[in-house]
Amino acid sequence: MIILQKADVSPSEITPKEVFEDRRRFIKQAGLGLLATSALAHSNFLLAANATHQTTPVGHPSKLVPTLPNFTKTAYGKDEKLTSYEDITTYNNFYEFGTSKNEPAVNSKLFKPYPWMVSIEGEVKKNKVIGIDEILKLSPLEERIYRMRCVEGWSMVIPWLGFPLAQLIKWAEPNANAKYVEFTSLADSQQMPGVNLPILDWPYVEGLRMDEAMNPLTLMAVGLYGEKLPNQNGAPMRLVVPWKYGFKGAKSIVKIRFTEKMPITTWMKAGPREYGFYANVNPQVEHPRWTQSSEKRIGAGLFAGRIKTQMFNGYAEQVGQMYAGLDLRKNF
Amino acid sequence: MASIQLPRRVPSKKQMSWIKSAIFLLCLVPLVRLVWLGVNDGLGANPVEFVERSTGFWALVILLATLSLTPVRLLWGISWQLQLRRMVGLMMFFYASLHITTYLWLDYGFDWSDIVKDIIKHPYVLVGAAAYLLTVPLAVTSNQYMMQVLRQHWKQLHLSVYLIATLGIVHFWWLVKKDIREPLFYAVVLALLLGVRLYYKLRQMKVKVDKARKMKLSALI
Repeated sequence: MIILQKADVSPSEITPKEVFEDRRRFIKQAGLGLLATSALAHSNFLLAANATHQTTPVGHPSKLVPTLPNFTKTAYGKDEKLTSYEDITTYNNFYEFGTSKNEPAVNSKLFKPYPWMVSIEGEVKKNKVIGIDEILKLSPLEERIYRMRCVEGWSMVIPWLGFPLAQLIKWAEPNANAKYVEFTSLADSQQMPGVNLPILDWPYVEGLRMDEAMNPLTLMAVGLYGEKLPNQNGAPMRLVVPWKYGFKGAKSIVKIRFTEKMPITTWMKAGPREYGFYANVNPQVEHPRWTQSSEKRIGAGLFAGRIKTQMFNGYAEQVGQMYAGLDLRKNF
Repeated sequence: MASIQLPRRVPSKKQMSWIKSAIFLLCLVPLVRLVWLGVNDGLGANPVEFVERSTGFWALVILLATLSLTPVRLLWGISWQLQLRRMVGLMMFFYASLHITTYLWLDYGFDWSDIVKDIIKHPYVLVGAAAYLLTVPLAVTSNQYMMQVLRQHWKQLHLSVYLIATLGIVHFWWLVKKDIREPLFYAVVLALLLGVRLYYKLRQMKVKVDKARKMKLSALI
């Protein structure tokens, strides 16, 4: 059961900081541009100095970054102890921005998630490109607190802001051939330094079976902690599938494709022995590298020890029936 | 390679004790840093992983440092640094022990059934555990007394340091998910250090063979 409550704070009250940041970026770019020109004509330098002090930049920055609509709080995970914003935004696996946990936060600083277009393709009626601002109008936003279990044996508790993926799928109207949904992340070597390294077969591709994608738990996240999604967490829009290992949650999604055949995901290609299509959190199915029967909770400290990993990350009640009759050892 | 001229002056006894103290303190810097970060909440989101990585990293780096002392002698004919080998080697053992302790205690809380499972089921853990077990006899026999007891066997026993270094790098290599650049770098360093030894060993053998051939020839004449 979901208890819907009105949020105490609406995101529109939080946005000024972001508007401010965006304005700063705008001014900086304007300033840099003028500085570049000043290299050609030295006298322009004074103009550039003036530009950085302008308080009303050309083009309103709030139009470049859409503000998130109001959201409702839900009962999902209301008793969980949240992982800190700091830990959620500095300990990331986002190889497009580097393979160390601390690199995405640093290397994604200049990443521009707006404007953003998503291409809807394949076995679907609305075969078209849609902007993030339009996507945000498809469904009301909810805050949901989900556990996130990484295949590497650590976990977090994250207050996501998003909407059920099912809403987007219903809007897109897939046809009867659509059995799977494939998600593709942006692979822009200009903005994402990690893409220049042949570590994974870029772009990053993930996939879900149609019933998994339609499951009410499956979330398209556009924010966390009541704010727009930080770049290092997959801005502007990423997938959250709480009963699966974290890598299933494709970040910075640019393409959603409906297919008849099971998509071959990036990690399936990178290590078929280690990563399967399903990647359901399962303490009984061993991984060749990491213990899956227990996990370390991020933020618990040096002496906290490990906690037992739950079947389907504790969401068995909501998702277990989808896998009845499926050999989870083979379909890991 | 041997054309680079390094100062050949051998440090005096007093200087040597200064050098030893300085290197001893230098080797403690990573530990002091970890303690300082731990006290000041600076170990990041996953502190256990941070300590595991850090102690493992320094064990490997210090091990490669010990293995570089002999190539320095071979390449440049300087040998006083060999007196540092025992201390630096024991420092490696110290960091490897901290690494294992972090794993057994902070990571697994001495839950032996989970630990045994982890070691058996995960090749990188198994290789790491094997590497550590092999360092124990080296540390135990690192004193004068054991050298005298073991005599020529001592050298044979301590040859296992090459195996330990190889296992250490394999442990690191198998741990990383996809980006193997860092373990690859250490593998190259180890290969170079072993390569220098091998080159001189082969040359030595060739000299012996040539000598024997010459003797044979002169006997014929």
